[in-house]
Amino acid sequence: MNIANNDDCFRSMLQGQSQLPVSPLMWLNKLRASAVDRVSALKIPTTRDEEWRFTDIAPLTKFLFQPADVVPYPQTANVSRFYLTEASIRLVFIDGVYTSQLSSNLSDLTKNSGVIVSNLSTGIPEYAAMIKPHLGGYVEFGDNIFSALNTAFLHDGALVIVPRDAQVKMPVHLLFITTQAKVVSYPRCLIVTEPNSAVTIFEDYVALQQGTYVNNAVTEITLANNASLNHIRVQRDSHQAFHIGSCAVSLARSSRYQSVNVALGARISRYNLNVLLADTSAEATVDGLTLIAERQLADIHTCIDHAKSNGTSRQLHKCIVGGNARAVFSGKIMVRPDAQHTNSFQSSRNLLLTLKARVDTKPQLEIFADDVKCVHGATVGQLNNEEVFYLKSRGLSDTMARNLLTYAFGAEIIDRIPIASLRCQLEQIVLEQTQGG
Amino acid sequence: MIYQDSETLLEVCGLRANVNNIEILKGIDLVVRSGEVHAIMGTNGSGKSTLAKVLAGHVAYEITSGTVFFKGKNLLNLAPEDRAREGVFLGFQYPIEIPGVANNQFLRLIYNTMRIQHGKDELDPLEFDDFVREKMRLLEINPDFLDRSVNEGFSGGEKKRNEILQMALLSPKLAILDETDSGLDIDALRVVAQGINQLTNRDNATILVTHYQRLLNHIVPDYVHVMDSGRIIRTGDKELALELEAHGYDWIGTEHCAILGT
Repeated sequence: MNIANNDDCFRSMLQGQSQLPVSPLMWLNKLRASAVDRVSALKIPTTRDEEWRFTDIAPLTKFLFQPADVVPYPQTANVSRFYLTEASIRLVFIDGVYTSQLSSNLSDLTKNSGVIVSNLSTGIPEYAAMIKPHLGGYVEFGDNIFSALNTAFLHDGALVIVPRDAQVKMPVHLLFITTQAKVVSYPRCLIVTEPNSAVTIFEDYVALQQGTYVNNAVTEITLANNASLNHIRVQRDSHQAFHIGSCAVSLARSSRYQSVNVALGARISRYNLNVLLADTSAEATVDGLTLIAERQLADIHTCIDHAKSNGTSRQLHKCIVGGNARAVFSGKIMVRPDAQHTNSFQSSRNLLLTLKARVDTKPQLEIFADDVKCVHGATVGQLNNEEVFYLKSRGLSDTMARNLLTYAFGAEIIDRIPIASLRCQLEQIVLEQTQGG
Repeated sequence: MIYQDSETLLEVCGLRANVNNIEILKGIDLVVRSGEVHAIMGTNGSGKSTLAKVLAGHVAYEITSGTVFFKGKNLLNLAPEDRAREGVFLGFQYPIEIPGVANNQFLRLIYNTMRIQHGKDELDPLEFDDFVREKMRLLEINPDFLDRSVNEGFSGGEKKRNEILQMALLSPKLAILDETDSGLDIDALRVVAQGINQLTNRDNATILVTHYQRLLNHIVPDYVHVMDSGRIIRTGDKELALELEAHGYDWIGTEHCAILGT
């Protein structure tokens, strides 16, 4: 087909949508239909849009991407290197399609613990009453063509429901594997926690080979009163891929959300993370690491929205940028009029390894309450000479000293990940990348 | 301790140094032989910390004239890491924090790097663990020290102990300890001083850079040098430090002016 302009490219992406099986649930069909309408109405963002000022998404429109027709069943050996060595609950998706053979035995889990971990498309009819209030309720697609596309294709995905008082010890590993070029996948996750529950979710995007493809992911998370959730998100897509992700989190009273997001892969990536402290005394920790080189572009936009009083948020985002790469960090902290006694700390720290590396960082505070404590700041620079001197005075060569400090810069974020084997994997990646220059 | 037949380790002659085109060191002469403990005292801004950093090779300082020989080698031609390998150690006044690197990893790395330089085999993690714990007992350091990030969240006293622990691992020929006593309470001062005393022997030397005399109650210096405005204006034995303690730096300043006739 002939792609007349960029917006046509997106409408062409809708082609496969009508082949999705119709759901017995009317509300789900409606949700998809309204998303289709939005895709048709919306334009693809350009750098003239404030939200996309630094990220030119046009290269994505130069290709024709379609959902995978045939999904290969990969050799377990190729896939298992991504598995956690700890005991975990695992859901595996190949090119966007749920693959039960590689996933954990989920029915036993639900039988024994009451914890629901399921493929979304089979889980929706079964747990419709629990899902309906949340699915599509947090990630707005009214003005976001990517979220609208994801919602239009809403089918397979990850569903996690943690019942009241359940403390899930094993991390839940949501593994999204791309095996083919030219495919677009629409990973979708819905995480619902009931009061006093606790769980660790690891959202993981990997590729079996280098190739040009699109991951367009949406995750929605809701925390009930006093629930606690660790959310780790690692994007290690192919360096030719496009990755667009949105995540919205809603926190009820005294709930705790701790997240670490790591962006390593993709030619162009964008991650929107919106955290709403919807009720009092909620706590959010949002840490991130962007580690890129070559001609990569990684853009992260976060918004931590304090709607009610006595909330706490802390954010440390770091970028290590090498080669000709470009990192973008836009972090907004919103403190609404009802959010008195908010305590918020935000820091953006950036390390440029080469003269051509670039970072655009934009921390923003919008405060509409008068009794709050908010601190934010940003630094961009090379390694600190005093630190280099300290290490050299101990006998380390200039290269060793710089590598160690670069590694440490990233490791500070990785250390906050509560899964030991993942920490090891990522530390190894940081080590290799920082020593490769 | 002063020995008759000791080797000259450090020979500083007419050393002048600038930072940002401002002259900080204005002609330093200093000879340190093995076995000796030297104290360099002086007010803030007298140049004593600059001298310590210049000897260790800090890049911010530009040497404008003078020479520094260490074991007969021209020290000024060596990069900081090469000075360290030759046996120069600087204990920092403000040790750097390195979040993200565990202290034991860091200590093992610097220790093994030094061993490789000296043609020895690296210690594996287990061997190193035994070795470092023995050194830590000497300095009364809590074992949890090893698992924390380098100096991150350490108290002033813990950071200084960590400096002395690194010194114990690297066993330098010449240890230059910059304000090692600052920020220490009395008990920590005693422990750190004991550690330094145990590390001094006939073959190495120590330069203590300090503002106060109190460290010298624990580590007895063979020589006390007083610096002022980038020069050593007086050299004596440990009695000089006691006099300074009694009369203050003003006393020596006026006396110095009297000698110079200004």
